Amino acid sequence: MSNVFLIMFTAILTENFIFAKFYGICPFLGVSDKPSTALGMGMAVTFVMTMSSAATYAVYHYLLAPFGLEYLKTVAFILVIASLVQFIEMFLQKYVPALYSSLGIYLPLITTNCAVLGAALVNIQNGNSFGDSVLFGFASALGFTMAIVVFAGVRARMQFSEPPKAFKGFPILLIAAGLAAMAFSGFSGMKFN
Amino acid sequence: MDRFLEILSPALVFAALGILMGILLAVAGRVFSIKKDERIEKVAECLPGANCGGCGYAGCAALAEAIVKGEAKTSACSVGGPEAAGKIAEIMGLEAEETVPMLAHVTCAGKCGISKKKFIYSGAADCAAAERLGRGDKVCPDGCIGLGTCVAHCPFEALSIRDGIAYVDETKCRGCGVCVTFCPKNVIKLVPKTSPVRMRCVSTDGGKAVRSYCEAGCIGCKICEKACEVGAVKVVNNVAVIDHSKCVGCGKCAEKCPRGILEVVTEL
Repeated sequence: MSNVFLIMFTAILTENFIFAKFYGICPFLGVSDKPSTALGMGMAVTFVMTMSSAATYAVYHYLLAPFGLEYLKTVAFILVIASLVQFIEMFLQKYVPALYSSLGIYLPLITTNCAVLGAALVNIQNGNSFGDSVLFGFASALGFTMAIVVFAGVRARMQFSEPPKAFKGFPILLIAAGLAAMAFSGFSGMKFN
Repeated sequence: MDRFLEILSPALVFAALGILMGILLAVAGRVFSIKKDERIEKVAECLPGANCGGCGYAGCAALAEAIVKGEAKTSACSVGGPEAAGKIAEIMGLEAEETVPMLAHVTCAGKCGISKKKFIYSGAADCAAAERLGRGDKVCPDGCIGLGTCVAHCPFEALSIRDGIAYVDETKCRGCGVCVTFCPKNVIKLVPKTSPVRMRCVSTDGGKAVRSYCEAGCIGCKICEKACEVGAVKVVNNVAVIDHSKCVGCGKCAEKCPRGILEVVTEL
């Protein structure tokens, strides 16, 4: 049980994908202009990352490892994740149309998103078991969702601010993201035994 | 031989993985295929396909879906006009509805030099931005700002800025109404394409105030109202408004107007 808590806490706060590891910055900056779309994106990422963590674990341990092809894991994961997302999209469209209409537009965007791929690779790096892998994928995605939704709130405030001309638009966004990341670095000192 | 295997085995494994994924997706494509209403595609074909959003839906495909579901009228596309409405009604098996083709009309004649300015605006070239800064650079609170927000949003390139106000190229305008939604001054209105007389001012200020800042502003004198024999022109809130359903196009109001802002359309 403490293991579950540890993985959740680490993935969401101390090693937050966006603020500590800088994975998935592109959707983080691209889809965070409204809290509602940010939440949609976060949910889609959560869904895909949990599923792909499971799938890539299987591919790595039952297909790549027996043949000694561990060095090709990145390529294999891209292939598997891309197909998986396509599959999920088709499945949702048929059986869960409500979920499809809310997540549908985000799914193709994250086919081989670096956060999704990153979760799969970190799992292998840490030598996680199957359960831990899925949990880690899920928790990291929750951290991603939290970060993107929080930042969407920051951006909503920023729309009405008047930064100096040189900082208008994207630069001020990056500075705000940097400040948020610095705030999150406060968690990095926490150690659990 | 070992070298050979070293190259061959990854190739084989990846080929197998690729084929497996390919089969999975192909099967999924079959199993999870969804029957879409054929009419959606047919209706979409009748629509102009410009995705202007004038109907209020996300694009032509979204409107087609809404029409087939019965959520939107067959005549919902103002751009396609009666022609498209007729075809769509045929597909849907409904009676064609009467539609009046509309046209965007700039209800302001305050060109450069005619309408006075209160300051020199040098901010972002966007009417909404200028509107927030003291309601624009014109003294007139209702006049066209002329920074071309409508021009930027027009999906048919029918708008341009001439002499400081928006100008509609009537041969290109399809009456989608996108400009109407973007104009912060509400100075662009949709009028029937066949309307013979059109008003060129929306200022609700009193006569004295209008005289002080614009040579082409309505002063609410009601001469047009008296001149009209069919009761189509009414002065409401210090500005003449034409009821296009009543107007017969005699042009008497325009003749009498001391400000010359009732415009008789000669080429119909």
